[in-house]
Amino acid sequence: MPDNFDSRAEQAKAVLASVDPRPGVPKPDPILVADHVRRSFGGLTAVNVEHVEIQRGAITALIGPNGAGKTTFFNLITGFDDANEGKWTFNGRQVAGTAPYRLARIGMVRTFQLTKALSRMTVIDNMRLGAKNQTGERIFAAIFPFLWKSQEKQIDQRAIGLLERFNLHQKVADFAGSLSGGQRKLLEMARALMSDPELVMLDEPMAGVNPALKQSLLGHIKAIREEGTTVLFVEHDMDMVHDISDWVIVMAQGQVIAEGPPDTVMKNQAVIDAYLGAHHDSNLTESGEALTEDGAR
Amino acid sequence: MDWGFILTQTTTQAIGITAIIYILAAIGLNVQFGYAGLLNFGQVMFVAAGSYAVGVIVLTFDLSLWLSILVAIIVATALALLLGIPTLRLRADYLAIVTIAASELFRLSVRSIAFKDTLGGAQGLNGKLGQQFHDTNPLPADFQSLPVLSWTRQDLWVVIVGWLLIAAFTVLVWLLVRSPWGRVIKGIREDEDAVVSLGKNVFVYKMQALILGGIIAAFGGIVWAVAKQSVQPDTFQPDFTFFAYTILLLGGAARVFGPIVGGIIFWFLLAGTGEFLGQAIQAGWIDFLQATDVGNIRFMLMGAGLIALMVFRPQGIFGDRKELALDAR
Ligand SMILES: Nc1ncnc2c1ncn2[C@@H]1O[C@H](COP(=O)(O)OP(=O)(O)O)[C@@H](O)[C@H]1O
Ligand SMILES: [Mg+2]
Repeated sequence: MPDNFDSRAEQAKAVLASVDPRPGVPKPDPILVADHVRRSFGGLTAVNVEHVEIQRGAITALIGPNGAGKTTFFNLITGFDDANEGKWTFNGRQVAGTAPYRLARIGMVRTFQLTKALSRMTVIDNMRLGAKNQTGERIFAAIFPFLWKSQEKQIDQRAIGLLERFNLHQKVADFAGSLSGGQRKLLEMARALMSDPELVMLDEPMAGVNPALKQSLLGHIKAIREEGTTVLFVEHDMDMVHDISDWVIVMAQGQVIAEGPPDTVMKNQAVIDAYLGAHHDSNLTESGEALTEDGAR
Repeated sequence: MDWGFILTQTTTQAIGITAIIYILAAIGLNVQFGYAGLLNFGQVMFVAAGSYAVGVIVLTFDLSLWLSILVAIIVATALALLLGIPTLRLRADYLAIVTIAASELFRLSVRSIAFKDTLGGAQGLNGKLGQQFHDTNPLPADFQSLPVLSWTRQDLWVVIVGWLLIAAFTVLVWLLVRSPWGRVIKGIREDEDAVVSLGKNVFVYKMQALILGGIIAAFGGIVWAVAKQSVQPDTFQPDFTFFAYTILLLGGAARVFGPIVGGIIFWFLLAGTGEFLGQAIQAGWIDFLQATDVGNIRFMLMGAGLIALMVFRPQGIFGDRKELALDAR
């Protein structure tokens, strides 16, 4: 981090301030660059992204009405679904067609819209699974605990540290299935961080999380950025988007229709139209920008 | 009614050679299904592969029995690869369909006329298959029988080594499932995508579980061939696999001792009802059944018992009901 900034947040904001707010705009230091990514389901084109870049070290929000293709875009980029066409690079490396587990290993880790906490495993075992390069995960080494016990201790320390940060340290020995929906979201995020990813992609991290937890989750996401990790997240809650994102990308009907800093994007007419066209009770109205004609939500 | 006889006969079968074979197959299933969640419905094929490895190496090629153990491991590995490569990337049900079909295909192929010279056709391979093993028998030559359990000198030696094998594989499974490797396969059982998203090559882990479970089952086949000194293609029917599953569920899937407990109980009940009904018919207590019905009746009773188990103790005898009740989402 250059000395003239107090935090990564300020740095990210300052760097992105000079970027022109238009769809597909190049960024000064992109970690992810996608070109012509298209995915169709039968006749429906779920994703058709011409060009998009994600700035390194920043928190980027991916927003858009339901069915805009955000989750599908996540699935394509992380290798969980196959694009009909398209190329994308991660850290300058071509990664289209790469197996999803390899992408996770090179630092692109995601969470899922429908939380995938492993219910019948304990919280700590969930966390341990997130750690990379484990000797004991090889079948022959697994038989000899002395080969992996010390590594396991280090992993546990790291896991406990993260669980403390996410307020889950009292749940260490509980089954993940006994956690609340919001706690599972937290666990999934903490687990993703076990591998020290460069880019975390969170699909609706706030869905189902109660307001009190939301505040601390916001704090966690900001903290992740301060550690130098890039965050790309999908979210519906506009207050949250406004609060934590350095940059916002708006998708509608599979395409990127707008980009820019949160304030700019939420005043954008195309964005307001996309939301209102899709669902009238969008909480975009909460930012005061988009009221329907009769003034009601 | 000779209750003592019923009890000794039943106990002899509950921990006897057949039980050992099924328990080994069930330990293999425990790795595959219990821990990794792989629905292998063709376990009998791996057992058959073990038996045929012994038959072919010892009888057809007149080579060492010890070599056949190596061959059994290689063949089981090859079969697991053959089944796993096309199916393990697909949804779970594909493996189930492919394995049950493959196990029948295997049985029908090995009994076919085309391979009669090597595999013995429908008669299978019969002869001194296990001689090399029986020659190692340390029991005194004038050994008659144990006080209660009625094994011959030869069978007792098989039983001893069989239980040592069970112990060895149980320890192996125990070591594996409490290791990070075991953590990964348990994660795969719950949600494959979650494990992929954490950077694990799920395909490789599933393959390893399939191979390991297949090899353990093949050892069951080796025991079978050595004990019976014969390999019969039509003993490797799909119902073998389903009994092995029954044993696993009875004892509790994903419990290290599940297959052992389940296997002993299964054979105790099956043999016990058989012996009891047989004697009861002989003694005239039951007059609406023939002695020839006993074989079928005991399976009907077993079925009824299983239904009761699933209703009242779905987690098996060792399972943890609380864990089962946890929301799988
Ligand atoms: N597996 C699928 N099969 C068919 N249609 C799908 C599939 N996945 C997503 N879609 C469709 O693609 C569109 C985009 O969905 P999605 O990416 O989930 O949107 P978002 O996450 O933005 O709400 C939707 O119209 C959805 O119905
Ligand atoms: Mg979505």
